[in-house]
Formats: sequence, C-alpha cells, structure tokens
Amino acid sequence: MKSVFMRLGTSIGVFLLPLIIAAQSYAADSIESSSSVGFPILSLIIFSPLLGALFAILLRNGYGGLSADIATFVSSLLTLGVCAFLLTKFDSNFYGFQFVEKLPWIDRFGINYYLGIDGVSLFLVMVAAFLLPSALLATWKTKEKSWAFQVQIMMLQIGILGSFMALDSILFYTFFELMLVPLYFMIGIWGGSNRIYATTKFFIYTVFGSLLLLASLIYTGILYHEAFGHWSFSIPDWYQLSIPAATQMWLFIGFCLAFAIKAPLFPFHTWLPDAHYEAPTLGSVELAGLLLKLGPYGIIRFVIPLFPDASDTYVPFLIYFGLIGIIYGGLVAMVQQKLKKLIAYSSVAHMGYIVVGIFVFNVQGLAGGLIQMVNHALVTGALFLCVGMIYGRTHTQEISEYGGVVHTMPIFSAFFLFFSLASIGLPGLNGFVGELMIMLGAARLNVIYAVLAASGVIVAAVYMLWMYQRVIFGPVKNDVIRNLKDLTPREIVLLLPLAISTLVLGVYPQPFFERVNATLEGYVKEFNADEFHAKHKFDLAAYWEAKKSKQ
Amino acid sequence: MHQIWLVPAFPLIGFILNGLFGKFFGKRFVSIVGPLSIGLAFLQSLVLFFAMLSTEGHALHEQLYTWMQSGILNLDVGFQVDQLSGLFLLIITGVGFLIHVYSIGYMYEEDAFYRFFAYLNLFVFFMLILVLGDNFILMFVGWEGVGLCSYLLIGYYFEKQSAIDASKKAFITNRIGDFGFLSGVMLIFIYFNTLNFSEVNSSAGTVLENGGLIVTLITLFLFLGATGKSAQIPLYVWLPDAMEGPTPVSALIHAATMVTSGLYMIARLSHLFVLAPITMAIVASVGAVTAILAATIAITQTDIKRVLAYSTVSQLGYMFLAMGVGAFGVGIFHVMTHAFFKALLFLCSGAVIYSLHHEQDMMKMGALRKKLPVTFATMMIGTIAITGIPPFAGFFSKDEILWKTWSSGNFALWFIGFLTALLTSFYMFRLMFLTFYGNSRVDPHTESHIHESPVSMLAPLVVLAILSIFGGFFGVPHILHFLPNGIEHYFEGFYAEVQAGHGTVTAEIILMVLSVFVAALIPAWFAWKTYGGKLDTADQRKENFAFFHNLSLNKYYVDEIYNGGIIQPIKKISDLVFWKWIDVGVIDRFVHLTGDVARASGGLIRGLQNGVLQQYAIIFALGTLAILYYLVFFPY
Repeated sequence: MKSVFMRLGTSIGVFLLPLIIAAQSYAADSIESSSSVGFPILSLIIFSPLLGALFAILLRNGYGGLSADIATFVSSLLTLGVCAFLLTKFDSNFYGFQFVEKLPWIDRFGINYYLGIDGVSLFLVMVAAFLLPSALLATWKTKEKSWAFQVQIMMLQIGILGSFMALDSILFYTFFELMLVPLYFMIGIWGGSNRIYATTKFFIYTVFGSLLLLASLIYTGILYHEAFGHWSFSIPDWYQLSIPAATQMWLFIGFCLAFAIKAPLFPFHTWLPDAHYEAPTLGSVELAGLLLKLGPYGIIRFVIPLFPDASDTYVPFLIYFGLIGIIYGGLVAMVQQKLKKLIAYSSVAHMGYIVVGIFVFNVQGLAGGLIQMVNHALVTGALFLCVGMIYGRTHTQEISEYGGVVHTMPIFSAFFLFFSLASIGLPGLNGFVGELMIMLGAARLNVIYAVLAASGVIVAAVYMLWMYQRVIFGPVKNDVIRNLKDLTPREIVLLLPLAISTLVLGVYPQPFFERVNATLEGYVKEFNADEFHAKHKFDLAAYWEAKKSKQ
Repeated sequence: MHQIWLVPAFPLIGFILNGLFGKFFGKRFVSIVGPLSIGLAFLQSLVLFFAMLSTEGHALHEQLYTWMQSGILNLDVGFQVDQLSGLFLLIITGVGFLIHVYSIGYMYEEDAFYRFFAYLNLFVFFMLILVLGDNFILMFVGWEGVGLCSYLLIGYYFEKQSAIDASKKAFITNRIGDFGFLSGVMLIFIYFNTLNFSEVNSSAGTVLENGGLIVTLITLFLFLGATGKSAQIPLYVWLPDAMEGPTPVSALIHAATMVTSGLYMIARLSHLFVLAPITMAIVASVGAVTAILAATIAITQTDIKRVLAYSTVSQLGYMFLAMGVGAFGVGIFHVMTHAFFKALLFLCSGAVIYSLHHEQDMMKMGALRKKLPVTFATMMIGTIAITGIPPFAGFFSKDEILWKTWSSGNFALWFIGFLTALLTSFYMFRLMFLTFYGNSRVDPHTESHIHESPVSMLAPLVVLAILSIFGGFFGVPHILHFLPNGIEHYFEGFYAEVQAGHGTVTAEIILMVLSVFVAALIPAWFAWKTYGGKLDTADQRKENFAFFHNLSLNKYYVDEIYNGGIIQPIKKISDLVFWKWIDVGVIDRFVHLTGDVARASGGLIRGLQNGVLQQYAIIFALGTLAILYYLVFFPY
C-alpha cells in the first residue's frame, strides 16, 4: 500500500511537471518581461526543486557519499540563490507585476501559463525558499525519511512557489491543488499513530474548500466571458470586471470559504491541530510556515479586488472571526497538553491577526499582515523545528513528560526561548512589528478592533510562557530528560538563519516595507480603500457625542 | 552629534560579551566586563547630562535610522536626552554601576555567574532604551525588554518552582499592563497620526478636547500600563513574588529602576495627563490606596525582602500620588531619592542574607549589629532616609509630596499619605530591630560563620548611604531658604503647568513638624518598644489582633481571589467550553457528520444494488406505479 502511494506521488511530480516546462521552452519567445532579467526567472524558481526531486530519485540507493538528502538540500539552496538574485532585481517603486511570463496554455478558454510577482508575493516567495533548506537540514539522514519523502517535499515546494506566482486563476488552482497531494502523503505515510484520521479530516476540509473555489473560479470566468465577449482566466484581467452585487455575495462566499479553511480562520480551524500533531516535523514546518499563507494571500489577490460590494457587506463579520480567532485560539492553546497542538492553536491566533490586518484594508494593516505572514513562517517554522528536535530525542509530545530540559540542553533552551518570545510579539523581534502594524491599521478603521486584538498579547504570553516553563525549567523530570544531548552543530546551523532573520526583521524591518509600500499604496488606491474606510470608519468621539446629545 | 547611542551601546556590548563568551573566559572576565560596561555608560551619561544642561532648550536629540514607514506611519529610531531622561540616565547607570559592583561579591559563588551578568547588562540596555526613546514604540521596546530581563532574572534559580512561578506571574501581569499601554498608543495614533513624544506633547492641547472622552480613555489605558510596570493596584501582585530573584536584582530592577518606568511614562506625557482631570484623580487615588494597602501588609511580613518589596509598592504609591495631584517634578524627585535609599536597603538586606547563608526570615535573625557593623550602619541610614527624618533624602521628597497633596486641596489623600508615612516608619524600624537588635535567634550552626561582606559589596553600600544622606538637598522646600529648590528649577518649563496650590507657610511648617514627629519618630519608638528586646509584647499583640494580623500576613488574600476568581475560571472555560465542547464537540462533530452522511447515503444506495433481480423488478414496478399515480391524480 505504502509503495503504491509513493509511486503515485512521485509520478505526478516527475512526469507531469516537466511537460509544462517543455511547453514553456517551446514557446520561449513569447515571454514578455517587465524586468531586466533576460531569462524566465520565475519559472526557474518554481521548477528548480524538480532538479532536487530527479536527483533524489537517482540517488535513492546512494552513490558514493551522495544521497537523496544532499540532492534536495543542494537544490533548495539553488532555489534560494535564484530568489536572492530576484530580490536584488525587484523594482520597489513599481506598482504592478514584475518578471512577468505569459504563455498560452489552453487557448480555447483564454487560460495561460501566466506568472508574475509584486510586493505582495515577493516576500512570500522569499520565505518559502528561505525556510526549506533549514527544514531539510532538520530531517537530515533520518532513516524513515526516504528518498520518496524528499520527492514529496520538492513537489510541495513547487506547489507553494507556483501558487504565489501564478497570475492565471486556473494555473493558481493547479498549483494550489498540487500542494495537497504531497502533504496528504506526508501526513498519511510518515505521520504519527493517528495519521489516517488526521489526513482524512484534512482532506475533507480542504477538498470542500477547493471545490468551492474551483466552482467560483469557473463561474467568474464565465462572467468575464459574458461581459467582454472573450475568455480569460487571468487575474489582472478579472480586475476589470464589475460583477452585480447579488452575484458577488455568492462568489465571495465561495472564495472566502476556501481561503478561510486554508488560513485557517475560526471556526474552520479544527483540521490544523490534528494535521500538525500527526505530521512529521518537516510537514508541520511547511504547513504552518507556508501553506497557511495561501489563505490570506488568496484574500488579497482575489477576494478584495473582485468583490468590492460583497467585501463591503461581509468584511466586518470576517474581522470578527479574525478577532475571535486571536483570543479563542490563544485560550485553547493555553489548555493544550501536547506541544505541537499548542503551537498549532497559536497559529490559529496568529492567522487571526493576519486576517484582521488584511480586512481592515489600509496600508498599515496590509503591510502588517504581509510582514506577519513572513514572521509567522519564520517563527512558527522555527518552533516546529525546535519541537521536532526535542521530539526526536524523547519521542513524546506530552508537555507533562518534560521538565528541566534547560539542565541538559541549554543551547536548545536559549533558541526555544528566543523563538517563543518572537512568537508572543516581544518588541525588538519580528512578531511585534507585524502585530503593531496590524493593530495600528485596525485602529484606523475601528479602535475597538485594535483593542480586542491587543488583548491577544496577554493570552499569547500566558500560553507560550507556561508551556516554556513546564518544558524547560524546574528540576529534571525523569531519566529521559537527564540523558538528553544538546543541539548538534548541524541543528545550530539550521536554526541560526531563522534566528538572525527574526532579529533583523524586528530591529530593521524598513527594507521589507520599502519593497511592499508601492504595491500596497497602489492596491488600496485601485480598489478604493478610501471609500470602504469612509463607510466603515468608527469614530469613538463622535459616537460618544451622539449618545450624549440623545439623552 | 552627541553620540547618545553610546550609552545603551556599552551595556549591549557587555551583554554580548558576557552572554557569548562569559562561560569560556571565566568569572574574572565577567566581573570586569559587566560593571565596566555600565561604568562607561555612566561616564557618557554624565557627559550628555552636562551637555544637555548647557544646551538651549535643554534637549539633545539624535536620530539613528528609519525603523518602519508604511502609509501614514513613520517611526524612527531616535534618542532624546532632556531634563527627564537625563536624570533617569544618571540614576540608571549610576545606581546600576554600584549594583553591578556589588553583584561581583554577592554572586561569585554561583555557577551561572556569566548568565547573571549577561542578563543584568541586557536589563540596563533596555532600561536605557526605555528612557532614551523619542517615541512610544521605541519606549515600548525598552518597556517590554526590561520586563523580559526581569522575567529571566526572577527565574534565575530556575530549578526552584517558586522562582519560575514568580517570573511567569511577573511577565504575565506586566503583559496586562502592556495591553493597556498598546491600546493607549493606538488611540494616540489615530488622533495624532504620530507616535513621537514631543509632537504629541506639543499638540495635545489642540488635538484633544480638555477633559474629553478620548483623552481620558488614552490616559486611563496608559495608566493601566503604568500600574503593571510600577506595581500599583490592581496589578501590584507580581512585585512581592519577584523577590525570588537574587537580591541585587531586587535592588536594581524591583526598586530603583524598572518599577519607576510607569512614573517616567506619566511624567513624559504630563501635557497629555493634565488634560484628563478624571484620570489624574484616579492616578492620585490609586497611588494613595496602594501606598497604604502595601504598608499595612509590610508590617506583618517576616521575610526581610518581602517587607522591602511591600515598602517599594507603598513608596511607588506615593510617587503616583504626586503625579496625580500634578506635582510631576516632585514625583520624579522621590523616584530619585527612593532609588538611592531603597537600593541601599535592598543591598543591605542582601548583605545580611549573604552573611547568614541565605537566611531571609527575620525571625531567625537578631542582634546582628555588632557582627555586621558596616551593614548595620548603612542600613540604618537607609531606614532613616525612608522614614522621612530630616535632613536625610527621603524627608525632602516625601514631605514635598505630602505638602503638594495638601495644598492641592486633597485632604483625604493627604491623610492616607500621612498614615502611610506612619506605618512606613513602624515597619522599617521593626525590620531594623528584628534584624540587628534583641536576642540572636540565628541558627547556632550559622551563628559561628557570620562574617561581614567583602569590600566589593560594602563599598557600594557606603556610596549609596552617602547619597541617601545628601541626595535630598537637591530639592529643599521653599520655606527653608538656605538652599534654592534645585528640583523645581531643574524641571522648569518641562512639565505641563497645573494650577498652583494654595497653602500658607504656617500650614507647611505645621505639617512638616507633624510628619517628622507623629509620622516618623513616634512609630519608631513604638517599634522599639515592641521589637527592640524580647518579642513577648509582639506575640501578645499578634494574638490580640489575630484577625487583622492574618489578613495582613496573607496579603488580604488578593492572590487567592485573583486565582479563584479570574485565572481558574478562564482556564476551565478554555478547556471545557472552548476546546472540548466547541472545537471537539461541535465543529469536529459537524465535520465528522459530513463524512458520516456521505458514508450513510452510500450505504443506503448500496442496499438497493444487491443483485437480486426480483427485488429490482419490484422496485421497478413500484416506481412505475408511483409515476402513474402521480400523472393520473395530479395532472396540473
């Protein structure tokens, strides 16, 4: 059974995707690019993990000192290198899509292989490329993580990178779905003891969301055809569309449910703790770090631009759900007894912040939401890596089984503390920058939102520090703890880049904002944020005056 | 350029050196780097202080870089030295340096010596950021940073459950305050569109309506933040527990510097606070009530550090009282004198604890004055200073606070302050007499090992004792004309003007005499009668007033009330309602339902397709009949 799954998964990656590459090189001359790079850099980034996958298969039985691990690691570094190059070439002052590549795919329906990035997707791509080498190093040479596992990771990476860059909605959907397959296998095959339940739950949730998304995408395409007389599934084309308000409501629900499940937004979050708990470390890192970001990303890309009238009506409710998620997720995290579930619920709270930031729909909120996506990827990714490291030594997730780890693992304790503090938004580290921006943005719409969001900082401190104290401090709990070995040099090396970027983004986040500001300013102008604010802005002083004069 | 950034840079370097290399380079290296980094910061602070005094407008400003800019938000990392932050710089680095020197001797036996100094350096760094930052958010970096260091240092003995519980309690209680601070900051942002102190202060009067809802809300939120950091009702509960940390930490963080940051913030925003008379009244009342509440707890505690902790809470209450009646400069003056004598008292208590091999219970002390002469003498100076006996430092600042309260017309608050002064004198002399007089109750085994502390610990005591004696001359009251009132002159034009109080010179003199004799000397005499010799009378009184004694000894059961009334219910609701009922019981059941429905409907249809032809025929026939029936009886 297991091998069938493996073969299935690998075949998807290895045989289907090169076809797309081939198709692309076939029509290479039609690439139009707004940037100065003379080659299809985005395609290169998206499909560079294929190289790793191919070599992982070739080296599945080892060859000399080489193994599948090395193949994927080197390829992930390659991706990162190209991404770094992309970052240097990115034009910060340009509003619109850069490095655009466009090839016909299904001409009959105006579906294209259409890629591009802007300030919104830039850093999501970066962090996807940045997180993977660390994640791969974390599972270095573990026996059960066979070559097939490595191939799954590479497929997952392609899906993630592709979704962030796709400008054609059908292409987006393809990548979006492509991610689910490797993740399904990763949890289902390499997961914990209750993995089948977790995968099924994950599958029910996401398929439900995906199908709604697909239906909504197709219907929007049909609407476009009706309005303009020709087919197009390109997202920038769709921005020209004005959909009747009644229709918008339905489509809004379709899109939003899909992205809310992915984010996950309360009350669609219950798949996440189970999926995390059962997933192998690497799966958790990718899931929390990158997959969840598709939710907020989709909202920015599709929901707000395409459905302004529906947004106008429903956004306050979505903000409520985000706020509930912040407090509710934190409170439920507080009473968790298993490490990974606790961090999973903390993700629910963090994603609540991000959703609030986006839906308050001003530059601060969006910028905060964006940097918080990056922060959450780095910090929660790092926390899952830390948990993976200690789990690999003790083989237990129960918080009550721990205690006094600091006596035997001081370096680990220091890293774990650092990332825990970043997660609870300690000023000077990155989490604070995002939360602050989101709260300031929220305050400008409605100060009550901001105050409610701020109450989340209390809860965050409670669950995180309580967990930390129970695991790390106190007397040594048992012999397992007494015999723990501290981090190896490899483990330190893989955590260091994450720690450094956490600190840098906290102390000097301006380079980030410089690169997203132009995009966001253009975005709020193009999609009439002012109008939205004029309508929904809550003025406390005026409200108070009105109330007083009534009496 | 005045190189303000150098001041925090030195402690930061100290932190990095001690944190990364201290383990390998040994204790000598650490004991040089730790104090030296603070000493250099102190020298640079001195330079800046005098540069500030000689500058037009008494303000130095330095902008380092753009921190975050997006939309209308524009935040820089910028430092400012003015009358307020200049004074704080000197207190932090000066007292901080002495405490670092003291710590060398006090902590030398510890294995994690380097860790202690690394944290202590980091604390000073964040404290300096707090006072130097020129905007709310940079201040908040320091604000939370000192909270973090406090957390790490309270939990320094992390194998002790009580220590880690106390550290967590401190951090979380402070976070409740931080929630208030952040909320206030957000309100300020939407009304001012800036988070810069000088811009907010200068335009506060025009942007916000005097006494209006918004300014009241803003200042109340900010005050909530202050009650967390500066240990006032309702968030004071963490400070007594924070005594689990090493004693130098209690002296530096939980007496001299960090706990005054709430006052610093209010003083910094005086122009905002004076617009909200309701808030000011609340600040003053909370301060006064906290002062007397903590003092009534302090009189029965037997742990020497806990007495001092409650005393700190009480003294902080005084400072808030001063802020609340609009006497900002006087409040800050008391911050300064309190930093001297309370740091001194804590360090002395540390010296006693050190000599007795970590015994903190005063019931196991007594008759130590001969054995620890320097500690005794300096601690007596500190006690006289805190009780407000002239001409020691505490007299001037405390008397000024009481006078300002009286002259602003708040007689009830004055009376509370007066009673607190009375109690202060009693519990402080009780502490002195229990520790240094009477019969020795020291464990006989320890008795033979009692020894005075090393010079590195005694020298800071002497310096602080001198400051506790003379520090008050900075602010001699008007009626004693032999010196100009330095503090008022120093802060001239800095704070928002409050309508001047009206009080006569006679009244001031009467109150002064009253506070010296009734509030300081008589309780001291009473304490001597009770605790100077045998403790029979003390035990007798304990029994006579058993109810009140228990109430005070158990701190009015506030911890128990918080735990039973707030913490446990929240935990229970989160666990049983949110997680086990909503998540697992409702949402998951719904998800399972979708699976079950799919399976069940599949099961239903599967039942039909069982391969029995006769059954198919019957269904076919029934179906046909049904259609016929429909067509015959319901044609349109």
